[in-house]
Amino acid sequence: MSTLSQQILSRASGRSAQPGDLITLTPDRVMLHDSIAPSVIRILKEQLGVTQLSNPDRVVVVIDHVAPAANLATAENQAALRKWVREQGIKNFFESGNGICHQLLIQEGLALPGEVVVGTDSHSTTYGAVGAFGTGMGSTDVAVCLAAGRTWMRVPEAIRVQVRGSFTEAGASNEHGVFELGPKDLALEIIRRLGAAGATYASIEIFGLDQLSIAGRMTIASMAVEAGAKAGLIWPGGLLDSPSWMQMPDRADYISEIEIDLAELQHRVARPGRVDDLVHVSEVQGLPIDVVYVGTCTNGRVEDLQTVARVLAGRKVATGTRLLVVPASAQVMQEVVEDGTAAALLSAGATFGPPGCGACIGRHMGVLAPGEVAVFTGNRNFTGRMGSPQAQIYLASPAVAAETAATGRLNAPSLAHSTPHLV
Amino acid sequence: MSTLWIFGDDVNTDQIVPGRFAPYMTSEAELRRFPFIEARPEFPELVQPGDVIVAGPNFGCGSSREYAAQALALCELGAILAPSFARIFYRNALNLGLPLIEVPAEELSPLRDRDPISLDLDSCELRHANGRIALRKPASFTREIWQAGGLIPYFQRTGHFPGEVAL
Repeated sequence: MSTLSQQILSRASGRSAQPGDLITLTPDRVMLHDSIAPSVIRILKEQLGVTQLSNPDRVVVVIDHVAPAANLATAENQAALRKWVREQGIKNFFESGNGICHQLLIQEGLALPGEVVVGTDSHSTTYGAVGAFGTGMGSTDVAVCLAAGRTWMRVPEAIRVQVRGSFTEAGASNEHGVFELGPKDLALEIIRRLGAAGATYASIEIFGLDQLSIAGRMTIASMAVEAGAKAGLIWPGGLLDSPSWMQMPDRADYISEIEIDLAELQHRVARPGRVDDLVHVSEVQGLPIDVVYVGTCTNGRVEDLQTVARVLAGRKVATGTRLLVVPASAQVMQEVVEDGTAAALLSAGATFGPPGCGACIGRHMGVLAPGEVAVFTGNRNFTGRMGSPQAQIYLASPAVAAETAATGRLNAPSLAHSTPHLV
Repeated sequence: MSTLWIFGDDVNTDQIVPGRFAPYMTSEAELRRFPFIEARPEFPELVQPGDVIVAGPNFGCGSSREYAAQALALCELGAILAPSFARIFYRNALNLGLPLIEVPAEELSPLRDRDPISLDLDSCELRHANGRIALRKPASFTREIWQAGGLIPYFQRTGHFPGEVAL
């Protein structure tokens, strides 16, 4: 057989796609969000002379990056985008407040196993959570794709990740007595093993996660790009029906393989500046934290917010620390309201932001000041990412974020506060 | 003669143009003022057309924002040389006609920041104070896109993408 990437790209391009080949294909979906759509529209009109898209049904437009608008410039851009969406007859349009693009495409069934989805966003690798080949592209590539009805790409080599074991049940400890390890810890472990450039030009294909929820798979696939990957595909087993033409690849199809035993995971955080500068929490334990931010396309889903509430276990957010919670979508918000999680977080002292990208890109709703230190459940801790270049960002799991919020200092959850029956 | 600008490993798109400075928050007309605005504030003022950036591996990692490549293209850089590039940035730069060339780290190690250099893309050679570096010849389609001035003029002229049979 061949890699999942090869199988999907072969089907999409109508030829046998071998690593290194340049192929042409028509993506099943093209996703644009408010941050980049204005430049795509400008390139379409000014450089390509396209006033009407020939296939608007393949296009998805989401307002999430600055949602709702933070200033006059973003408000004007969003007004122009809404007008363009109407003119083009784009039906798959998600207004400000519906949530983050990657969450919405999967939630609404607009990215399916075996499909090819390109987006104006590097975290388009998230679609690999459902076995779709999702990849990010810049404005010119997306504009030309919309104009020509097709795009071109190099078929990537692939790195195999074989996962063994299973995550422990919520609130339970593993055989080493470690609590609350989850999909984010696996995502960080993959980055730690591969490094920030370890999968450059390649795809990461992950096996052994048939028991994991789609939400958990999204956490892992979203972070594939942080190892440089073009796509991060998870074998669509368990909860998903893979298309009949998709076959289990052979190990020999891969350029390299890593094995991860879930029983060996640790609570780790990425120190400021580099996603792959991962250290055990004990090495930075006790560091005073100004802001704990829970959200993003990586960790803003129902089970992430439930984890935070479970680890808080009735405790209040520490004085001197702010806990910001930004659900990945309106549907996530609705669910955490209905199941009591939102009430638990609010009584702990959390501040909720409207569903969207929030402060992840340092544009609004939680921007960091010079000298501030944040614990962030997102995917990037680059200098200046969330505001001041003098602020510091530690990437962490929802469980570490919650324990840090409760103690005001960087900490991993411990036995003492574990009350799994509360949520 | 042009000037060399040395950067480190894993230079990310938020260092090149922080999200807060990208168009949408600002205007596209201002983009030329922002490359490395926080990481190296003198860069946008002092960089001259033809200057060359030399960096460590994984240059351009992070966001898909084409503004990172566009801001550097607006500086009319001669090229960026690095052992490897992040893939979305690589495509964005190619699409804008900004030459990126992979060069092994050991060949780049004699170079120093602000060295005077001259770059000849036709003969694939970089001359510097202490010698010369022979650059790997780019794929023919890469050169054709550079010569056309980017993907859009290339596509409009040829009617096809690289690797695609002409229609």
